[in-house]
Amino acid sequence: MTVLASLLAGLVFGVGLIVSGMADPAKVLGFLDLFGHWDPSLALVMVAAIAVGVIAFAVAGRRSRSLLGAEMKLPSARHIDRRLVVGSLLFGIGWGAAGFCPGPALVALGMGQAKAWVFVAFMLAGMGAFEGIDRGRAKMRR
Amino acid sequence: MTIDWTAFTPWHALAGGALIGLAAALLVLLNGRIAGISGVLGALLVPKRGDIAWRVAFIGGLVAAPFVYTLFDALPLPRIDASMGALAAAGLLVGIGTRYGSGCTSGHGVCGLSRLSPRSLVATLAFMGAGFATVFVLRHIVGA
Repeated sequence: MTVLASLLAGLVFGVGLIVSGMADPAKVLGFLDLFGHWDPSLALVMVAAIAVGVIAFAVAGRRSRSLLGAEMKLPSARHIDRRLVVGSLLFGIGWGAAGFCPGPALVALGMGQAKAWVFVAFMLAGMGAFEGIDRGRAKMRR
Repeated sequence: MTIDWTAFTPWHALAGGALIGLAAALLVLLNGRIAGISGVLGALLVPKRGDIAWRVAFIGGLVAAPFVYTLFDALPLPRIDASMGALAAAGLLVGIGTRYGSGCTSGHGVCGLSRLSPRSLVATLAFMGAGFATVFVLRHIVGA
């Protein structure tokens, strides 16, 4: 059941990205071009998503199990450190360079866009490189 | 800054955003998990037993979404202007950055801000600021 719920959530998320226009890098770059001809659409996407999300997470925060009985796994990290800031800055540079973040890239991949395949292949390589480096470091510390 | 009123699509943005919020709600209320796409995907590279199927299903749903969309309406095709080289570099940066910073637009931007997490607010300000700066440099300094 939780697998079906995840599939449904992925589908709804992807359709939301298409409806909002955020699966289109040109539209996302229109938002990031704050100092040119600015398209504020992405800001409204965030507002609507968070308006629904606030209610859902308020309910989720008071439960120890999900409606399907799965363990509630909410992040517990609270510290603001260099990893968080440097990682997010690197992500933002990549986001601005192509107009893709992970979700829209996967949706565009599903549209059969060759350029999205290239982006996702290198994104996976980047994620893999991070796992390799991070594990190596953790081993050295031990 | 001038607002590009011809490109601005407020109703589609709000409707699509509400669907994204609904998807995050479904995943957390039914499955107890955060709909952070970089995290859901990245953890599949070092798979743990019993923690694989839901991740594959969620990613599969995202990739299959265009197909479901075509059942209702003609698919708007994306415009990807970046060169292959830029896409490769951007992909690497997004891959490393989202894992190092523990999240992306969905995990920190949508879910984190919905949870009123100060950590996610800092992350969101950092990646949005870097995104604004990068587009400014590429379009108005390098490309000018």
